Amino acid sequence: MSEYPIPQGLAPGVIARRHATWRSYLLGFVAALVLTIASFAAASTNIVYGPSVPLLLGVLAIAQMGIHLIFFLHISSAPDQTNNVLALAFGVFVVGLTVFGSMIIMANLSHMMPTIGRLLEMQR
Amino acid sequence: MSAAELTADGGHEMPLSEQGPAPKQVVVGYGFWLFLLSDIVIFSALFAAYAVLSDATANGPAGVRLFDRQRVFVETVCLLASSVTCGLGSLAVQNRNVTNAYIWLIATLALGASFLKLELSEFGSMMAIGAGPSRSAFLSAFYTLVGTHGLHVTAGMAWLIVMLTQLRTLGFQPMVRRRLFCFGLFWHALDIVWIGVFTIVYLGAH
Repeated sequence: MSEYPIPQGLAPGVIARRHATWRSYLLGFVAALVLTIASFAAASTNIVYGPSVPLLLGVLAIAQMGIHLIFFLHISSAPDQTNNVLALAFGVFVVGLTVFGSMIIMANLSHMMPTIGRLLEMQR
Repeated sequence: MSAAELTADGGHEMPLSEQGPAPKQVVVGYGFWLFLLSDIVIFSALFAAYAVLSDATANGPAGVRLFDRQRVFVETVCLLASSVTCGLGSLAVQNRNVTNAYIWLIATLALGASFLKLELSEFGSMMAIGAGPSRSAFLSAFYTLVGTHGLHVTAGMAWLIVMLTQLRTLGFQPMVRRRLFCFGLFWHALDIVWIGVFTIVYLGAH
């Protein structure tokens, strides 16, 4: 492990500690596999109360993305990772804005849209 | 590449303003990281389109009737395993272990190919029952989102073949190692996008 923090920061995916790295991939693999199996089980069986399945799937997906970021892409909260984390935070912000923004706007439009019957009524 | 190598040029005592540009590895890695994040933003637009159009089946087949969860699970495991072999491959490259690098990178290629084969057979069987991209807005959005991910995997495999050739002809040059490093980031990012795909498209189908 480096004695000094690198002033310019580390590239994403660079492992600061040389030892125990294959273990990180193996650990990540096992954790991701468990979360994947949990997702498929939650969606395909009746173990979980039906209406709560989508929420659970979301939580499991976000957890698995976190596992991938930490164990495969080696993103951490170390000071030499600040640049990568800030870029990631901006990426997540834009993704959230696009996905949730679109869904809210489209759901709103669909709510405001009159049905065919209502449209015909308005034409009279 | 380890942190110790990156700091081998010394200069820790110098103030930051006098240290000059960051090592090439950091510049290349960070630039590629920004590219990957913008690639994920492209996917977010496709995800938003899919989320909005997923009910617009135009009296055609809905997702829950079309998707085979078992196949998707095998696809997911293939891609996850290829992510791990890719990581072990980049460790081998870092340790300059030629044999291990070839073994893990070729395993990555094989797992990526089996993922792609499963996806293409899925598309083929869907189109065979008339559920092609022109059937409904839902299916257009589905083929665009999943197909874009598949195209990325295809591009990644082509890149990996080029890198295997370069490893053979050029060896572990810094240039080749940097490219393999970027390939690893790309492959892991594709796996992260796939988590979104299988959760929202396949498991969220109703």
